[in-house]
Amino acid sequence: MRAALFVTCFNDTLFPGTGRAVVELLERLGVEVEFPEEQTCCGQMHLNSGYAEQGSALARRFERVFGDAEHIVSPSASCVAMVREHCPEVADRVRELTEFLVDVLEVEDVGASFPHRVAYHPTCHSLRLLKVGERPLRLLRAVQGIDLVEIEQAQECCGFGGTFAVKNADTSMAMLSDKLRHVLDSGAEVCTSADNSCLMHIGGALRRQRTGVRAVHLAEILAARE
Amino acid sequence: MKGFPAAARETLRDSQLRRNLGRATTTIRAKRLATIAELDDWEALREAGSAIKARTMATLPEQLERLETAVTAGGGTVHWARDAAEANAIVAEVARAHGSDQVIKVKSIATDEIGLNDALAERGIEAIETDLAELIIQLAGERSSHILVPAIHKNRAEIRALFERTIAKGEDLGWEATAIADAARRHLRAKFLSVRVAVSGANFGIAETGTVCVVESEGNGRMCTTLPEVLVTVMGIEKVLPRWQDLEVFLQLLPRSSTAERMNPYTSLWTGVRAGDGPREFHLVLLDNGRTNALADEVGRQALRCIRCSACLNVCPVYERVGGHAYESVYPGPIGAILTPQLEGIENRPSLPYASSLCGACADVCPVKIDIPSILVHLRGRVVREERSRLDPEGLTMKLAARVFGSRRAYERAQRLARIGRGPLARFPLGPLKAWTAVRELPEVPEQTFRDWWRTR
Repeated sequence: MRAALFVTCFNDTLFPGTGRAVVELLERLGVEVEFPEEQTCCGQMHLNSGYAEQGSALARRFERVFGDAEHIVSPSASCVAMVREHCPEVADRVRELTEFLVDVLEVEDVGASFPHRVAYHPTCHSLRLLKVGERPLRLLRAVQGIDLVEIEQAQECCGFGGTFAVKNADTSMAMLSDKLRHVLDSGAEVCTSADNSCLMHIGGALRRQRTGVRAVHLAEILAARE
Repeated sequence: MKGFPAAARETLRDSQLRRNLGRATTTIRAKRLATIAELDDWEALREAGSAIKARTMATLPEQLERLETAVTAGGGTVHWARDAAEANAIVAEVARAHGSDQVIKVKSIATDEIGLNDALAERGIEAIETDLAELIIQLAGERSSHILVPAIHKNRAEIRALFERTIAKGEDLGWEATAIADAARRHLRAKFLSVRVAVSGANFGIAETGTVCVVESEGNGRMCTTLPEVLVTVMGIEKVLPRWQDLEVFLQLLPRSSTAERMNPYTSLWTGVRAGDGPREFHLVLLDNGRTNALADEVGRQALRCIRCSACLNVCPVYERVGGHAYESVYPGPIGAILTPQLEGIENRPSLPYASSLCGACADVCPVKIDIPSILVHLRGRVVREERSRLDPEGLTMKLAARVFGSRRAYERAQRLARIGRGPLARFPLGPLKAWTAVRELPEVPEQTFRDWWRTR
């Protein structure tokens, strides 16, 4: 099986380790991974901030770049939700990583081992736009050695929200401080989710406060063989 | 007007508010989930509610004329008010015609929207709120902070102290909620029995029959709509429903979404006037006040489906922290963020469409399926197109970013620049970066992008 990796501009530039983990994981599962190098941004930032014209142009560009791919896989629930809504040409072929693993490859145990205490934060777009449901948890539960803990009010937004985090910085911080409290209360050493954008926000504060808790993308846990 | 970010900065500091709201919204969220789980056809009900409202909006002029005909046939008088000033003048005129310098009020957001109490006060008429929470904020001289629970920001101790300063002067009310509420009951009972003119809002107005419906929990609404001689109802034009049968859907959707009750305690329905039963005179004021502007916006008009249940407030992580006052409007929370800019003009409220992280929790609970996140995004587009100058820094940055993302070469060049610029940017953060680094570390820009790695392998 072949799949085109939509790594997202954000991961490409700031979190390449997540992209590498997806490649490693998919290849381990027998998938032939392609990376269309023309890819840049899907247009989400523009569309969600009110720049519809620019956002739509980027969405059309995305459709051209990924037009031929049989399967498009991405380690970002948020960007996949954007593509599914705004890129009708490829909408039914694009899948968030956990959707691809569970629905297309039909695996739950991906052969990972990660002996750490992990809290899973279901991001808003994976939960409410993609409705990935239990998929990430089913994958995580099958990881060897993992100690998966629940966090309180898990389904509540962490306060990132793209430009919201800077336009409404105070409100974003208030939401974040409650999310941090729940993560810390869980006793987890790692906080994971299906989106590095939310994790940059949560993890940035965890680091600032020297909590010792790390933010790690789900793909990196599923690729891990510690 | 401070604008949302600045207003929120202030309310976020209020630790009492944060605690009160956090507890109240967490409780009501859990209760709502349990109550809607009892109905197998909840999703079908939402579909029906949404469809009835959409059809009503598509035929609004016709429905309103049918309503006018039916109310008039029932012996009521219908008034049309283009804006707040016209509506206030009509209510004041009715009160004055009956020589009354007091009116008792059923909880009504429409009358808050038009500032009726202040407008009446200017004309020497005192408006007395009879809903417990409305009474509390009226006595405190504050504004409502929640559609359904206007005094949600206040706790028992604060309310007790307020009553002991005002309607129960010199009394010691103690800590029992019933004793504190009893002070309000005694105060209000005298008003119900003596004031001759009442003012209400309307949850629904049935075009087919001319029936007006008010849904409430305390019985004060029933008192106001039955005891006085004259009743004036101020109803937003979007509250019309075509058929009597439509109530079947909405009287299930509304209580479960708002108070998480299977049925609200009091549902008052009246059709014109009836000799020897209830008010002798009934006036219905149909209020536009910006609603036809919203109706003209093909995307934004969905906001007019709102039945004011407040479920979106209760699940909103932004509202839960900032409270209602940060929205500087009688319509707070997610629905306020899309309704207020449309009613008051987007030029006057450009920060409200951004008062959301687009988490989508509101859209999941809305009983009439208003796609609030999409409307927020649509209104952001209107702010960008209609309100921003061409030299706005954000607009210029977005245009530049679009050009960078539009070409692989420009994008890869920008990635190299980010790597070079990471040191100075992290050390001397400006603008948005500064807002970010106030509480968070910036991510480290890695030595190698993903695509660099891909090429080397």
